Amino acid sequence: MNVARTLEPPPVASASLAALYREAGIADVFERLDAELVGLVPVKTRIREIAALLVVDRARRQLGLNAEPPSLHMCFTGNPGTGKTTVAQRMAELLHGLGYIRRNHLVSVTRDDLVGQYIGHTAPKTREVLKKAMGGVLFIDEAYYLYRPENERDYGQEAIEILLQAMENQRDDLVVVLAGYKSRMDVFFRSNPGLSSRIAHHIDFPDYAPDELLAIARLMVRRMDYRLDAEAVAALCEYIALRLRQPHFANARSIRNALDRMRLRQANRLFSTALAGDGEVDADALRSIDSADIRSSRVFANASPAGEGTA
Amino acid sequence: MRITQGTFSFLPDLTDEEIGLQVAYALRQGWALAVEYTDDPHPRNAYWEMWGNPMFDLADPAAVVHELRECRKVFPRHYIKINAFDSTRGFESVRLSFIVNRPPEEPGFELLRTEAQGRVQRYALRAYATDHPVGRRY
Repeated sequence: MNVARTLEPPPVASASLAALYREAGIADVFERLDAELVGLVPVKTRIREIAALLVVDRARRQLGLNAEPPSLHMCFTGNPGTGKTTVAQRMAELLHGLGYIRRNHLVSVTRDDLVGQYIGHTAPKTREVLKKAMGGVLFIDEAYYLYRPENERDYGQEAIEILLQAMENQRDDLVVVLAGYKSRMDVFFRSNPGLSSRIAHHIDFPDYAPDELLAIARLMVRRMDYRLDAEAVAALCEYIALRLRQPHFANARSIRNALDRMRLRQANRLFSTALAGDGEVDADALRSIDSADIRSSRVFANASPAGEGTA
Repeated sequence: MRITQGTFSFLPDLTDEEIGLQVAYALRQGWALAVEYTDDPHPRNAYWEMWGNPMFDLADPAAVVHELRECRKVFPRHYIKINAFDSTRGFESVRLSFIVNRPPEEPGFELLRTEAQGRVQRYALRAYATDHPVGRRY
């Protein structure tokens, strides 16, 4: 019934890696990766290596050499707010550009989407998610929740088994990316060695250094169309140094939350000054966050051990 | 006798690759896909057995081809078809349906004639395959 109808292009003597690289449009993706993601050197290096491998593979195929598609299941470990989700999204774009996956789409799921509530519920649920993700990237956030050692009747194990099967048999259709905090993922892999060995790329996301956090903050401010003057930048620098020492620090996520609160205070400040005056504000005032907005944060009032979510 | 129900049934059997392309077309139209099977080829047998639930929100034909392969593993000698359902208001029905698997030998149908009142002839179709109970046909 299956008639082979694939037409192989005639093998040529040489292939241009540069041309393949250009065609894939990955230069663009890398540029954006560099522009939008501060730091993360080991992550970017690994992504470059993967991209290089895929380009070389393509060249090999052009020359008629054997090019077994590599296994690209990945595991992202790192502390909260280190950019795991963002990189996963870029990964879909990149792999699509390189022709490894057919569709530029990412299905992001957590334990709830995979594990059922009663016997016989898990397998169809997991399979449905797998089917939705086919052709693209399946991103499982907080993957360690899938396995709950304290409850041996937990259905998570079933989901893991189905996942394993799909990772092995449908390698051409699906790239699975697991993400989670380093320590808990280590425990997870220790109890599921089969899963660990089927993941080719274990990528660790390092914490950001203070200057990287500042760069991230400035990037976010620019993207939100706000502006910081020199004084505000200095205040922000101090803020980051203080915030780093407090508990529940979640890297870029904490910075984003802090910026949101600064915007809140800026709005409040503008409102009260405008009400006191003639009620007019110009674009410049609307855009600038000044050091007072930053310094009124509770982080500076050292006394209270403020956690995530407090001002 | 090769039965000709649904789209493409006068063409040679589609390869898996071609099935994938047709499914991709259906997905681009936003239709939901379902795999169904039967061993009763009668043309009025509209309700085939469902192979799992219809698949909504798919992005890629690989999932449907995968289900089809699974179904073939279990029922290699059954008729299997793929339905594409359009949920758009006003359609709300199957827009595309084609057979993707059939038994190696299709014995065909017998034309039954019955005498009714007077000398009126009544006709019926009966598939030879249905001589045997379900599961032992083909």
